[in-house]
Amino acid sequence: MALPKLAVYKFASCDGCQLSLLDVEDHLLDIASVVHIANFPEASREVVEGPYDLTLVEGSITTPHDAERIHEIRRQSKYLVTIGACATAGGIQALRNWKDTDLFASTVYAHPEYLDTLHTSTPIKNHVEVNFELRGCPIDKMALVEVVAAFVQGRRPNIPEYSVCVECKRKGTPCVMVSQGTPCLGPVTQAGCGALCPSYNRGCYGCFGPMESPNTDMLAAAWQRLGVSHRELVDAFRGFNAYAEPFRIASDHHEALAVAQGE
Amino acid sequence: MTSDVRRIDVDYLARVEGEGEMHVKVVDGKIEDVYFGIFEPPRFYEAFMEGRPFSEAPDITARICGICPVAYQMSSVHAMEYAFGASVGGQLRTLRRLLYCGEWIESHVLHMFLLHAPDFLGYESAVHMAADHKDVVELGLRLKKAGNAIVTLVGGREIHPINVKVGGFYKVPTKKELLTLVPELEWSRDAAIETIRLVAGFNFPKVEQDFEFVSLSHPLEYPFNEGRIVSNKGLDIAVSEWNDFFLEEHVERSNALHSRIRERGAYHVGPLARYALNFEKLTESARDIALEVGLGPVELNPFKSIIVRGVETLYAIEEALRIIDQYEEPASPAVELNIHAGVGHGASEAPRGMLYHRYELDSNGRILKAQIVPPTAQNQLTIEDDLMVVLEDSLEMPDDELTWVLEQSIRNYDPCISCATHFLKLNIERITTE
Repeated sequence: MALPKLAVYKFASCDGCQLSLLDVEDHLLDIASVVHIANFPEASREVVEGPYDLTLVEGSITTPHDAERIHEIRRQSKYLVTIGACATAGGIQALRNWKDTDLFASTVYAHPEYLDTLHTSTPIKNHVEVNFELRGCPIDKMALVEVVAAFVQGRRPNIPEYSVCVECKRKGTPCVMVSQGTPCLGPVTQAGCGALCPSYNRGCYGCFGPMESPNTDMLAAAWQRLGVSHRELVDAFRGFNAYAEPFRIASDHHEALAVAQGE
Repeated sequence: MTSDVRRIDVDYLARVEGEGEMHVKVVDGKIEDVYFGIFEPPRFYEAFMEGRPFSEAPDITARICGICPVAYQMSSVHAMEYAFGASVGGQLRTLRRLLYCGEWIESHVLHMFLLHAPDFLGYESAVHMAADHKDVVELGLRLKKAGNAIVTLVGGREIHPINVKVGGFYKVPTKKELLTLVPELEWSRDAAIETIRLVAGFNFPKVEQDFEFVSLSHPLEYPFNEGRIVSNKGLDIAVSEWNDFFLEEHVERSNALHSRIRERGAYHVGPLARYALNFEKLTESARDIALEVGLGPVELNPFKSIIVRGVETLYAIEEALRIIDQYEEPASPAVELNIHAGVGHGASEAPRGMLYHRYELDSNGRILKAQIVPPTAQNQLTIEDDLMVVLEDSLEMPDDELTWVLEQSIRNYDPCISCATHFLKLNIERITTE
C-alpha cells in the first residue's frame, strides 16, 4: 500500500515550527517510514506532485501572492494542519495589524515601492478551511509527532486545551504569581509547552495562545494588583499570539484605558 | 541573427531555511547576469519593536529565526547591556558561551548532515540518503541531539529558548544538571572527528575566491559573543562602529537589505571567515584535525565550508566540555540593570556569521529605534560572486547538473533566508545568438 503523502508549506514565519520535524532526531526516520515526505523543500529537493494526504502549513498570510497560494494548497490537501502561532494566530508580525504598514515599510526599507505586502498578517483559517490547529511559538515537537501519528492511525490528535496552570500543578512548580509576585499569562494560556517559564522562575508570556474561554479580565485585575500598568498589559497580550481574538480584545481594551488614563 | 535560448527554471531552492530566487543569463556562452534574490515576505521586526520594552528584545528577536534563535538573543542582550553600561561576566558570561556552543552544534550538524551532505553524495535529501547511508544519517541525528540537549538544559527549549534575559538568565543550572550532558558530549567529540574525516573525503569543485573575510575577534577565545570586528583586509573596528564602516542597501530584487563594506563592497561572514581569522584560537585537537584532513589555516574554497563546520562543531563540543568542567553555580542568575536612555550595539557570531543589533532606548528602556543585520543579508553579494565563479567553470555541464552545483554553492553559506527576510527561484537562461 502506498504511504500517505506529506507536504510542508511555509508562509511568513521563522522556519522554527517546520524545523521541529527535523528536530525529532529519534523519530525522523520513523516518521519517514509511515508517511511519504513528498514535498518538504526545507529538507529535500524532491517534489512529488499532489494531492497530499496530510499538509502542514507554517506561517501567516502577509502578501497578495500568499493569499492566493494558500487556496491552491488547500485544493491539493485532504487534511490540512496549521502549525505554530503564525499560522494559527498571525504571529508576532501581526503587530502590523495595529499600525500603518506603509510607515512600517519605510522604517525598515529605503524603497518601500519594491515591496508587495498586505496591511495585515492573518492566520490561515481566515483564508481557507483548516482541519486541525497546532499551537505554540514554537510548537512542541512531540505534539507534532502526535499529530502525524494520529493522522496515520485515523484518530484525532490528543492535544491539551486546558491552561498552563494545570501543567504547573502537575509538575509541582509553585505558582510564580502567588509565591513571587511575578505576572504570568499562564492562567489564560493554553498548555503545551510543559509550563516551561514558571519552572525557570519567570511568568508565562503566552507562546501557545489563549486557552478555551480565557478569563482575561480577571487575569488583568490580578496583574494590576501586582502593579502592572494598562500599557504593560497591552504589551503582554500583544505578543506572539496578539491577533488571537481573546488576546486582541483584551489588548484593545487596555490600550483604550491606557490612553484614557494618560499612561 | 537568431538566438538559441536555453533556460532552466527551478521554482524553489531546497534545503535552505526560507525561500529565495536566482536568475542566471548566459548569452553565447558568456555570463551576462547572475543574481540571487530574496522574496521572503517582510515581517517588519525593526518597525514593530519600536515602543516595546528593552526586556522583550531577546524573546522577540529570537522569532526572526527558528534555526539560530540563540544568536538573536545574544546580540540583543549584549546591545541592551551596552546601552545600560552593564557588564555580565564570570560564570554568567561562560553560561552564555555554553548556550551558544549548543546552538552551533545543532545548527552546524543540521546543515552538514541534513542539508549539505546530500549534495555531495548525490541525494535529494537526508531521508533519501538514509536508504544507503543509514549509519551516517543516524550519526548526524545523534550529534545534533547532543547540541539540542545543551540548548534545552540551559535555555529551556531548543527553539526559542525562554531562559535568556538582559543581564543574564532567569535561572542558572546546577553543576549536577550540567554534568548530565558530559557522557553524550564525550561521545560527540569522537563523532565530530569521524564527521570531519567523512566530509573531508567528499569531492569538492575547485573554486576559490579572494574573499574579504569578516568576523569577530577576541584576544583569548574563538569568538561567540564579544570582540572587535576584523577582516583579512585590514578592518579592525569596535562593534559600535558598524554603521561607519558598513552600508545596507535596498535593491529591487531582494526583500533583504544588502550589506557592503563602504568603498570596498562584498564581504564574507560565517565559518570560513571565523576560521581564517581565528584559527589559533581553536582547540589544539580542532587545529590538528583541520590540518590533517588538508585544510590550510585559511580556506578559500566555499565548498569546503562543510569541513570547517565540522571543525567548529568539534571546537564547540570541546568548549562545552571545558565550560562544564570549570562551572560553579553563580550567586545570582542576572546582574542588576540601571535603566536609562541610550544607544546600544551588540554583535555575536551566529552559526552562519556575524549578527549585528543596534537599539536606541528612551529613559524607560523602551525601544525608539532598532537595527538588525543578519548574516545572510551580509553574504548576499558574496553568494552572487561565487555563483559567477562556479558558472564560469561549469558552463559545459548539462542543465540538471549545473542547476544542482549552483544550488549547492548557495547552500555553502547555509543561508537563512527567513532571517534575511523567502522564495528562491532558480532560473538559468542561456541564449546563443547565431
